[in-house]
Amino acid sequence: MTDPEVVDPVAAEDITTPAARLASYIRGGGVVVPLLTALIAFFIAGLVVLVTGHNPLTTYNAIFNGTGLNWLFPWTSGADRTAAALNLQQTLIATTPLILVGLAVAFAFRAGLFNIGGQGQYTVGAIVAVYFGSKFGGMPHVLHIVLVLVLACIGGAIWAGIAGLLKATTGANEVISTIMLNWIAIWTGVWLFGLGGPLQNPDTPSVPISSDVTQSAKLPVFWGNPQLQGLHIGLFISLATVVAFWFLLNRSTTGYEVRAVGFNPEAARYSGMSVARNYVRVMAYCGVFAGLAGGLDILGWQFRIATNDVLTSDIGFLGIAVALLGRNTASGTVAAALLFGALKSGTSQRNLDPSIFDPSLATNLTLIIQGLIVLIVSTDVIALRLLRHARGLRRGRAAPPPAPEEAPT
Amino acid sequence: MTADPAALELRGITKRFGAVVANDGVDFDLRRGEVHALLGENGAGKSTLMSILYGLYTPTEGEILVNGEPVRIGSPSDAIALGIGMVHQHFMLVPVMTVTENIVLGNEPAHAAGVLDLREASNRVRELSDRYGLAVDPGAVIEDTTVGMQQRVEILRALYRGAQILVLDEPTAVLTAQEVADLFRVLRTLRESGTSIIFITHKLNEVLEIADRVTVLRRGKRVDTVPIEGQTEQTLARMMVGRDVLLDLDKTPAKPAEPVLRVRDLDVRDDRDLEAVRGVSFEVRGGEIVALAGVDGNGQQELVDAIAGLREPESGSITIDGVEIAGRGVRAATDAGVAHIAQDRHQRGLILPFTLAENLALREYRSPELSRHGWLNVRAIKERAKRLLAEYDVRGGEADAPASSLSGGNQQKVVVAREIEADPKLLIAHQPTRGLDVGAIEFVHKRLLAERDEGRGILLVSLESEEVRSMADRILVIFDGRIAGELPPTASEEEIGILMTGGGTSEAA
Repeated sequence: MTDPEVVDPVAAEDITTPAARLASYIRGGGVVVPLLTALIAFFIAGLVVLVTGHNPLTTYNAIFNGTGLNWLFPWTSGADRTAAALNLQQTLIATTPLILVGLAVAFAFRAGLFNIGGQGQYTVGAIVAVYFGSKFGGMPHVLHIVLVLVLACIGGAIWAGIAGLLKATTGANEVISTIMLNWIAIWTGVWLFGLGGPLQNPDTPSVPISSDVTQSAKLPVFWGNPQLQGLHIGLFISLATVVAFWFLLNRSTTGYEVRAVGFNPEAARYSGMSVARNYVRVMAYCGVFAGLAGGLDILGWQFRIATNDVLTSDIGFLGIAVALLGRNTASGTVAAALLFGALKSGTSQRNLDPSIFDPSLATNLTLIIQGLIVLIVSTDVIALRLLRHARGLRRGRAAPPPAPEEAPT
Repeated sequence: MTADPAALELRGITKRFGAVVANDGVDFDLRRGEVHALLGENGAGKSTLMSILYGLYTPTEGEILVNGEPVRIGSPSDAIALGIGMVHQHFMLVPVMTVTENIVLGNEPAHAAGVLDLREASNRVRELSDRYGLAVDPGAVIEDTTVGMQQRVEILRALYRGAQILVLDEPTAVLTAQEVADLFRVLRTLRESGTSIIFITHKLNEVLEIADRVTVLRRGKRVDTVPIEGQTEQTLARMMVGRDVLLDLDKTPAKPAEPVLRVRDLDVRDDRDLEAVRGVSFEVRGGEIVALAGVDGNGQQELVDAIAGLREPESGSITIDGVEIAGRGVRAATDAGVAHIAQDRHQRGLILPFTLAENLALREYRSPELSRHGWLNVRAIKERAKRLLAEYDVRGGEADAPASSLSGGNQQKVVVAREIEADPKLLIAHQPTRGLDVGAIEFVHKRLLAERDEGRGILLVSLESEEVRSMADRILVIFDGRIAGELPPTASEEEIGILMTGGGTSEAA
């Protein structure tokens, strides 16, 4: 029916951008849909475990213990507790950059852009960090760290800004340009630190690796043994960035414009905002987040880059899954990053008992769960359907058959 | 109960969506061979009621009787099987297919081997078309036909499927005056042959012209069902809105001051780089309403965009109080004193997922009251929104409700509030009452007149000649990108119409 005013809510909202569509989904499903999405993914992955002849429940239990999250239970004690602490440190180390690359994707999404370039921006941030972190050895500790992190942010911002600039000036699709920029960043890294590369460690001419970060640039460890990769303060920097992300998005004129362009670029233009300039700015902010992630990883626990790391890292792509599952909100991104960080450390070879599940298979299980989550999130109609169906059944006991539509608003 | 049951009867239909009651115990009956108008403001529940009848929604309570028999309509195919046909406002036709192909779509006649047999269908289409005077060519391709023709194809499709009851949803919204006359002629023929017609509208004059009886809905409830004899626009409007409505504006003579807007030799190209505005010159004085009348697509959009700073003109000058703004962008136009009630409030006027407070701040979020050093003063934005929502009588949502949750009339009030609050020298009102109901139209018109009397210059761009004549102090007619002439508001509809269509030489499309 076609009164322009009272048609069903989805049609009435003239949904023009992915961000607007997402906004309506968030209203439709709240926190339940992402939870349901994760559960469905775990359920299907459990079926996969079953097919391989293992018990899904014991496998998941082992993975959970591998994440160290059992440290939170007061009844975990003794040697278990010591192991759990180590595992939880690893989980949180993995979570730290995931939060930031998640924000890098989420921020773009709120402006109606797809930032697939988190990987490249992270890589550029890491390269910048390892370069400046291995220099200026005599600098005061705090100053050196701040300088390196700021430069890593700027590096990421410039890298992502290129994609924004291309979109603003030529209309080049940011999905394509960020993917291409990923490869340029990755192979630049391989060239820089590869054998004979300009930034290869001069002390180890046969190993394709960068110089080490000097002591003055390393992030302090606040939990665990610094020699055994304890938890560094990057976690707090990361969480502080989440707060900054929220304020930037919801309390600044920049965020207001970002959201306006994200929901309806035509109305934003009509209000006097420059949509093109906004694209550049948004991408630059995304680059700041992802570049910072690279910087924290280098100064926090990696301290050097091997060409192999550059080639095998998939953190930028995980960031997409984190943002999708976290619904591009600040708190959602933290929760989703923790999930993926936990999965990563929970299934690492170090933790899993081969008699329960072969660790080499378990890593693949993580990938399967990741893939499923991305798949289900991007078709989150499924989760919404299930939810609606469940609601319908509940209502159905009291009332006549439920209508499939939502209330006109 | 009479011996001859009604063709259709709805008894006590209630439809709730969560807490919202869209229909509240509505009774409705349709006699055989009558045109029954369903009248109500936007959001009154007309669409929901007809969606229930067509099987798109299931009613929460109530029953439906067709020819006196209780029926259950669970889907549109149930409705079609019961002889109920629906003509939607937006046509459901495949543009590249012929009339006949569109009509048989869904139940294509085929030979035994599955080969499509269109000849038989084509003959039936022609026969139906002739019988009801629809003048439809079965072989014509849809995209080559006019909107009026496409609507008749929709009617024909319903008849082809055996409809005895025809529901027309706002059928005249997309038609020209001539096409409306043609449609009414067809409806009368159908009525004489015994087809029962439900005619959904919010236009009072159409109800008086075509309907036998009228049922008025207001806020989901039936106000009354009355025969059309003895009704006037005034009585219908009162039933519809629930109070007396000023259909005629009491407009005092304008007191024009100095020119605010001066447009000189303006040339503007459209998105396809074709000349849309050609050498246009005019001015708008403070304290007067200049109406720009014209058939849609004669350069109005491009002209408005150029003045609002959204489009760079090829050449020419636009000044506000002597300040040149042509091609300087939206901010320059805004700063010079231009405000703009956009034609499409969903696409341009509002950001629907934004809250009302955020929408009301769109023009002025950078002002020192609402933000400082790049940080929004959320409380000030909200307080300002509360004040404006009260002042402009916006109903149906608090300051932090999303704009999408309001009805169209209230959404438009939000746009009007924001633009007037910018304290403009020139207010562009581009189709400001499009799609609004009587009450909201009255509000917008009164407000525009009040702003005129405040001394603002108002450029009213409208396709409705009635609106133009009742609101304007001067009428400029635009045709093919040129100002075809200037008329006083006392000009007759014919005089305006002739200029609008290029001196009557080209046909109105």
